[in-house]
Amino acid sequence: MKKLYSIMAVLLAAVLLLSACGPRAVDCSADDVYCVGQVTDLGGIDDKSFNASAWRGVQNALDDDLIASGKYLESQGQSDYARNIQQFLDENTDLIVTVGFLLGVDTAKAATANPNTYFAIVDYSYPDCWPGAVVGTDCGSDVEIPNVRGLTFQTDQAAFLAGYLAAGMTQTGKVGTYGGIQIPPVTIFMDGFQAGVMYYNQQHGANVQLVGWDAATGQGLFTGNFESTDDGRAFAESLMQEGVDIIMPVAGPVGLGSAAVCQETGGCLIIGVDADWYDTAPEYRSVLLTSVLKKIDVAVYDTIQDMVNGQFTGGTAVYTIADGGVDIAPYHDFDNQVPASLKAEIEQLRQQLIDGTLTVNGVLGR
Amino acid sequence: MSAKETKTSKAKPRKEKDLQDKKRPGAWQVIAMPLLAVLTGLLVGAIVIVVTDARVIAAYRNFFQDPLGAIGLTFQTILVAYGALFSGALGSPERIFLAFERLFTTGETDGLVRAFWPLSESLVAATPYMLAGLAVAIGFKAGLFNIGAEGQFLMGALGSAWIGYTFHLPWYLHLPLALLGGAVAGALWAAVPGYLKATTGAHEVVNTIMMNWISFRLSDWLLNGPMKATGYRPITPVVDSTATLPRFFPDPIRLNLGFIVALAAAALVYWLLFKTTFGFEVRAVGTNPDASKYAGINVPRNIVLVMMLSGALAGLGGATQVLGVDHWVGQGFSAGYGFDSIAIALLGKSHPVGVILSALLWGALRNGATRMQSMAGIPIDIISIIQGLVIVFIAAPVIIRWLYRIRTLETEKVVLTRGWGK
Repeated sequence: MKKLYSIMAVLLAAVLLLSACGPRAVDCSADDVYCVGQVTDLGGIDDKSFNASAWRGVQNALDDDLIASGKYLESQGQSDYARNIQQFLDENTDLIVTVGFLLGVDTAKAATANPNTYFAIVDYSYPDCWPGAVVGTDCGSDVEIPNVRGLTFQTDQAAFLAGYLAAGMTQTGKVGTYGGIQIPPVTIFMDGFQAGVMYYNQQHGANVQLVGWDAATGQGLFTGNFESTDDGRAFAESLMQEGVDIIMPVAGPVGLGSAAVCQETGGCLIIGVDADWYDTAPEYRSVLLTSVLKKIDVAVYDTIQDMVNGQFTGGTAVYTIADGGVDIAPYHDFDNQVPASLKAEIEQLRQQLIDGTLTVNGVLGR
Repeated sequence: MSAKETKTSKAKPRKEKDLQDKKRPGAWQVIAMPLLAVLTGLLVGAIVIVVTDARVIAAYRNFFQDPLGAIGLTFQTILVAYGALFSGALGSPERIFLAFERLFTTGETDGLVRAFWPLSESLVAATPYMLAGLAVAIGFKAGLFNIGAEGQFLMGALGSAWIGYTFHLPWYLHLPLALLGGAVAGALWAAVPGYLKATTGAHEVVNTIMMNWISFRLSDWLLNGPMKATGYRPITPVVDSTATLPRFFPDPIRLNLGFIVALAAAALVYWLLFKTTFGFEVRAVGTNPDASKYAGINVPRNIVLVMMLSGALAGLGGATQVLGVDHWVGQGFSAGYGFDSIAIALLGKSHPVGVILSALLWGALRNGATRMQSMAGIPIDIISIIQGLVIVFIAAPVIIRWLYRIRTLETEKVVLTRGWGK
């Protein structure tokens, strides 16, 4: 026993001595040293969806030596949001990136209390209050906050192209979609998809039907979560039973379950969302028609670059198809199966969306 | 029954004291064993940190070029990680010193808030652990394995949130009512498996787990339907300020009255278990239900009551979390407090004081992990591994005894649960 304790004492001394030599930590409080911290929502950093995408933006900025330090903190419960933001404030972080609407109130509170720290929040923007809401509890802010940039995406424009493509490619005359939870960042995909299908029908006198969403009534299919790949399987199977042969799942990793069903049965094709699934889910390349890209990484990178160049502006940054913040991915393995005429039409539609002669809301009649 | 008992217990003290005196030599083990388990958990955790660190692995690839560098980096990694864990949990001593210095020289208190924020967050994190831990512990005392603390915690949170935003009352009515609502919701949720156990013998482990799943789905539905706030987010409305547990210090320090509520609950549980007839019956049923039955204790009634009390404590935990910290409930409200509380009850040997201490440790580890992840880049999951290791060493004391050459004690036999049937 005595021996054991003396060994421990020697070890402790060695630890203290040896650890003195090593690299020093980054000093974030220095003016020309930029540090970025990302606070995830409950999905975690590896969610293959918006947390992962935002983190890629931070990592790219690190690789390009824009910033000296890039860190992330994962939230495990909702009380962690404020704690994680405060932890980064405590370390003199220059820019704090928060992800998702659940962090809306905490981000606004921290930003208002710390006007010298920059914030960016993905899929959210201020003002976010409704009549009668109490600022700081019900909602974040009733005005724009100068040190916060909301990063939002006009994903309906890209989904429009995907819907048009799906309508042109379907064999059964039915295409489908479903969402994770019925919130605007999700339903905007489905709106665009529906508009694309409708526009195809108008242009070609076709009667392709969409199962899973109706923008007019706000009724549609939702799994109620962003986690369960089993739900993704079940939803794909029931959509196939209704005769659907192309599916766009808007539910993060849930959609991978649908892709698996398509691959096993060979009865459907998948349209990926957020990232290009050709790269992030290569096992399903054989059933991947295209992906609706929402380039959160680019938006985060832009924000970091603006901060470093002293050009940070608050308010809301809307990423559209015009600036490349949203788009559809290349057709990859399906490149020779998509008719050249359809490709040309989609290219033309992209131009029309960019110059504004065509709008998703216009097609939907609202 | 109770008259008889008080008579015997009056005659008892001297004898019991004699017995205790004889056993005194090993009494330190009650404290030492958990401490050694924690220490060993941290040591093994250090190994995990080192072998999963890419930089350290790279350094060992070049070991023969720079052996001292590799060894130095190994220890530096551990020291930075645990240093961050410590300062993240309790605050950095240097900062606290500087803050006091500034207070005395300039009278500014800003520094104090920053210096004591880590400690406050540890206490905030410990509060739900304490209450949920007490819930599981009181079940253990009665021989019941309540795995449903997570669900009861959630139902308590929803119950108190509902009272918090639905009614508009003065604080002296609103706050107690909201707390009570949380406790009642948790108690009712736990009463179901308790009643099934008492009347049909259905095992509470299975039923409490099932009740957890029901509560998760029920809350999903409530948050998307009846309890949904204005706007598109699937969260409850924010509770009225009259229902919130007051905070003691300015933002961002979130320490609130909930911490005191948890301590008071622990004192109440201690009194109930060790100073009342009910507590005696509970412990008797937990030790030997058959003997208790023949001694005239109403075992089924006891089971239902203990389960309800357990659920009430877990529900109160959910209530303090809503009313003290979050003020609203959303999906992912609980970060596994109910499940961790099983570990806390084990570590605390199901004794209220033990539960308080282990909850404080758990809160400190979890809060410190935030800083460790940020400063040292160690994934927050490492803390779960360390916590898991601690529980392994608590559940299998043989390992600790062998490692540190500690003799086995005859007295240290705690019956936590009984097996199936019987």
